[in-house]
Amino acid sequence: MIGGYDTAAIRVLWWRDLVRFFRQPSRLVGALAQPILFWGIIGSGMSATFRIPGSGEGYLRYFYPGVVLMVVLFAAIFTTLSVIEDRHAGFLQAVLAGPASRGAVVVGKVLGSASVALSQAALFLLLAPAAGFGLTSIDWPVLVAALALAAVGLAAMGFTVAWLVDNVQGYHAIQMTLLVPLWIVSGAMFPMSPDHPVLATVMRLNPVAYAVSATRRALGGPDAPGALPGSTARDLLVLVAFAAVHLAIAVLAARRNGARR
Amino acid sequence: MRLSAEELRFAYGERMALDGVSFAIAPGEVFGFLGPNGAGKSTLFAILAGLLPPASGRLFLDGLPLDPSSRALRARMGVVFQEPSLDVKLSAEENLHLGAALFRVPRDEARRRAAALLEAAGLSDRARDPVGRFSGGMRRRLEIARALIHRPEVLLLDEPTTGLDALSFRRTWEALRNCAGPGGTTVVLTTHRPDEAAFCDRLAILSRGRVVAVETPASLLSRLAGDVVVVEADEATALAAEIAERFGVPARASGDTVAIERERGHELVPRIVEAFPAGRFRSVSVRRPSLADAFLHVAGEDLGQEARS
Repeated sequence: MIGGYDTAAIRVLWWRDLVRFFRQPSRLVGALAQPILFWGIIGSGMSATFRIPGSGEGYLRYFYPGVVLMVVLFAAIFTTLSVIEDRHAGFLQAVLAGPASRGAVVVGKVLGSASVALSQAALFLLLAPAAGFGLTSIDWPVLVAALALAAVGLAAMGFTVAWLVDNVQGYHAIQMTLLVPLWIVSGAMFPMSPDHPVLATVMRLNPVAYAVSATRRALGGPDAPGALPGSTARDLLVLVAFAAVHLAIAVLAARRNGARR
Repeated sequence: MRLSAEELRFAYGERMALDGVSFAIAPGEVFGFLGPNGAGKSTLFAILAGLLPPASGRLFLDGLPLDPSSRALRARMGVVFQEPSLDVKLSAEENLHLGAALFRVPRDEARRRAAALLEAAGLSDRARDPVGRFSGGMRRRLEIARALIHRPEVLLLDEPTTGLDALSFRRTWEALRNCAGPGGTTVVLTTHRPDEAAFCDRLAILSRGRVVAVETPASLLSRLAGDVVVVEADEATALAAEIAERFGVPARASGDTVAIERERGHELVPRIVEAFPAGRFRSVSVRRPSLADAFLHVAGEDLGQEARS
């Protein structure tokens, strides 16, 4: 049941994360510099040896959609970390003592984090032409949908971890062992190969792989090299389920646990 | 009665934190729960703030029964936590607007109220500064302003002046007294400080999870005989026993002091000085009883170290 107080809380928390992001120039610079370095260094290092099977595409171009997802992933991790700060600083308690439901607090926080992640991705996407993707040939609706759904799902995962762990070190440890491998075996760095059936299965079960795949299609067309076999619609459907399931888990976690702190 | 409770209970495992707490608070009253750490104040506060459901018992707002976690209660209540809960990255004004938005105060109205509250808190000239640059006292006043922005009928505060210096303490209490009174906000707070308790209209003495008395500060003080003779000594417990035996008066030791409650306390001072050699005590003094003494008298336990300082 969503009431007026819930939509108010969702709006406020959403707005707050965006304001805090755009007000910190260091975060803006980091948001742009880190993926550029990552893309440039790893991309150029690998481009000499790496060849996409059945395609003449260079590695910098292949790697670019993967880095877009990396931006979303790290932004979602970093932004939901503030759930822990907010709890310790008491801000969250004040919101929870207000008339909004816990579910609304989760949704507001997740949408805020996801929006910050999307803003960072948008900044990095300005470089798409440098990777060989013309800004006018990009399928923007698919791209925005894929990144937004991935951002919501990842932010919701981050929220659940932050809510249950409640300390910064533990949060980072879990995220680094959970989310970073998800990204690595998502097809972001290397494509699925029939020679490694186990890895291919892992990739097929990995929701981030569908986000990377949809992003590849949005940037490079329906048959972009490295995209998972299947359609864009299927990729997006998997992402809808991913976002919905993790949002539901986050709401349940917030309702059940941590009434007092 | 604005806010009342019947038989609230809560336990952490075996330990009863609240063992049947009942009270009734009148509109516009400043009502304090006075008790030492561990008396159940934090648990009671969390229940009233809607963060913790009680194991049993009922709450009433204006005589109507309420689910303690209900939105109706929370929308009509403003809460100030002991730990700061402002967003330090946002300005004072933005914090107030954020608080207003959570309670669905229309934007224009929120702006007007924020300006008035900042003015009342003496923060008008700092409205656009990030709260991170504010002192503890300024933050506390802003925190109270934020809790008042939706014009709650009940303002609930946990140890409102903890960690504040004397000036901030006075200004915070001025702000609280100003918003209470007939037709004003009902102020409910928990505290372990006698100086804070003295500002309340009525006090509930909370001890070991029970309310043992509800009275005005003046009537609590009048329960005490007259003076308190305080003897500072290294071996307070042994000295208390000797004083009790020799003079036939009740003497209570706590920490490194012995307190003797007695009418015409000044007459006891020379007798103690004569009766004990110089090394047995450091000082003997007489003072008027405080709410800390009253608490001890009524609850049979001490308010704790901090309360005496």
